[in-house]
Amino acid sequence: MADVSIRNVTKQFGKSEVIHGISCDIRDGEFIVILGPSGCGKSTLLRMIAGLEQISSGEVVIDGRVVNRLEPAERDIAMVFQNYALYPHMTVYRNMAYGLKMRRMPKDEIDQRVRNAARILELSALLDRKPRQLSGGQRQRVAMGRCIVREPKVFLFDEPLSNLDAKLRVQMRLEIRKLHEDLKITSVYVTHDQVEAMTLGDRLVVMDNGYAAQTGSPLEVYERPANMFVAGFIGSPAMNFMEVTVQEGGQALKLPGDIQIPLNGSALPGWAGKKAILGIRPEHMELDSKGPRTILFTVGQVELLGADTLVHGHIGAGQVPMTVRLPDVHRFEKHATIRLSISQEKLHLFDPETKKRIV
Amino acid sequence: MEKRVVFKNRVLPYILVAPQIVVTVLFFIWPASQALVQSFLQEDAFGTASAFVWFDNFADLFAGAEYLDSFRVTLTFSSAVAGAALSVALLLAVMADRALRSATVYKTLIIWPYAVAPVVAGVLWFFLFNPTVGMLAFFMKKAGLDWNHTLNGTQAMTLVIIAAAWREISYNFLFFLAGLQAIPHSFIEAAAIDGAGPWRRFWTIVFPLLSPTMFFLIVVNIVYAFFDTFGVIHAITRGGPNYATNILVYKVFNDGFINLDLGGSAAQSVMLMIVVITLTVVQFRFIERKVHY
Repeated sequence: MADVSIRNVTKQFGKSEVIHGISCDIRDGEFIVILGPSGCGKSTLLRMIAGLEQISSGEVVIDGRVVNRLEPAERDIAMVFQNYALYPHMTVYRNMAYGLKMRRMPKDEIDQRVRNAARILELSALLDRKPRQLSGGQRQRVAMGRCIVREPKVFLFDEPLSNLDAKLRVQMRLEIRKLHEDLKITSVYVTHDQVEAMTLGDRLVVMDNGYAAQTGSPLEVYERPANMFVAGFIGSPAMNFMEVTVQEGGQALKLPGDIQIPLNGSALPGWAGKKAILGIRPEHMELDSKGPRTILFTVGQVELLGADTLVHGHIGAGQVPMTVRLPDVHRFEKHATIRLSISQEKLHLFDPETKKRIV
Repeated sequence: MEKRVVFKNRVLPYILVAPQIVVTVLFFIWPASQALVQSFLQEDAFGTASAFVWFDNFADLFAGAEYLDSFRVTLTFSSAVAGAALSVALLLAVMADRALRSATVYKTLIIWPYAVAPVVAGVLWFFLFNPTVGMLAFFMKKAGLDWNHTLNGTQAMTLVIIAAAWREISYNFLFFLAGLQAIPHSFIEAAAIDGAGPWRRFWTIVFPLLSPTMFFLIVVNIVYAFFDTFGVIHAITRGGPNYATNILVYKVFNDGFINLDLGGSAAQSVMLMIVVITLTVVQFRFIERKVHY
């Protein structure tokens, strides 16, 4: 149990910098998810916390102690690897006991801890098996058991569910969350899967190309994305973006197809007459045949998901592509025109230059 | 599902396997059966007549101390060669695995000794250690060590072991390096997080994971030391001094072609064949099963 501070950490491989100064304070017992597309540096950041990569500049502090120069073993952390990294020549029991044995713990205490962890993770019947005799989910549990027995200050997870099939992933996600609620150990979890991030994290750090684009609770990040990258990355299907013009006085927006949408109360005086980027999530539009401010939408591809229907199409003469997510099943002819209304509270406006959120 | 190529043509399959069969029959089955037949025969001194003597040749081998001595020498020699070649190669491979810079150059250079023919290697080491003109012998004498492998059996044995192992190090190195590089890095990292230092990481994680490679190389090295070291022995010591380096395969040659005891020599060849067959069986049996984790 400990808090972790990441202070302006950077990483250089040779001359190229891949992480450009990330800071984040993780409270004791918090579950932080580092989310980002592949290659954004999220695993590298995690490995720097673990001590598997050297920190080029900045500091990582675990429980009040700067750990930059400490070996992984001295940092009192445990890590679940993407491929689990279970020692293939050892039984489940020996895999879990290895870290304790290396720390010269008495045999009976090792035994007690391993059996206890096995009970929590429902591995008791598998202790004599070798990793290759286990299913993916069981291996995943052993990897977690190996961490639990150590009772470390911090848990690190490096995309631990990405090798599992979809169903198992949902199940293990819930188990990880439950385990965290029981043990309350500070956790840092790296993933590219936004559903994992939204469901597991107390807070998210969304990373883009070596920068922390936004840090906040899952809902904050969803409802008020700090920039276009976060807005487009969080949410599935992705947010629709279109160029709009802010009307004189900054009271309304002019969309493609000459549709005007008033800005409810939140005037943008400085933006009058300028261009901005409007973001609307597919789930924040609805069918509306007679409302006063509807937009005309031309249907292209329709995807029926059962619970929802995804309609891909475009609006306006400029053929601005757009995706709409409608609850229930809807069948539309291709090239049909439908009318949609937009929830005005759910609009996102971004600066076309800086890509940052306006207001 | 198993997929097999089925040949419609009845002749083609035989044509395809023919080269292999011809080579095997010509260079293995025929000489081996000749040796087997010969081992039951005894020739007169002039090679004009031979008599069938059942197992007399074999009985002779085990009656005298000479053959058993040679067996003992061979065991010492091959275990030392295998041991030295394996441990040095493993050490070099572990170091090469860590090196990032100029690793390719290093790898390429270290393979070179394998390209040197055993006899040439033997001659090189013979000159280096030659009591009269050898550089190494010169320095050893300076250091107060009286080196003369032509008189001292232990020194002769040491020299042929070095010469034989030297060449095999390259071969082992390649396999060890490939084996090391096949071990996922995350195992090492997991062990590092688990608190194992480099030394314990090696012995508890890396070494066990290398065991299939290790086992394969042990067998290959023993076979090499048993059978392919004739050139080294012949170039350096000719089995001497006082039979100190008279390994089995050299004794076969010496008894058969120098002393012209063809029957006895053939019997020894058959014994060696049995040894190599046993090793091969052991290798296939175990490499398929036991060492796999």
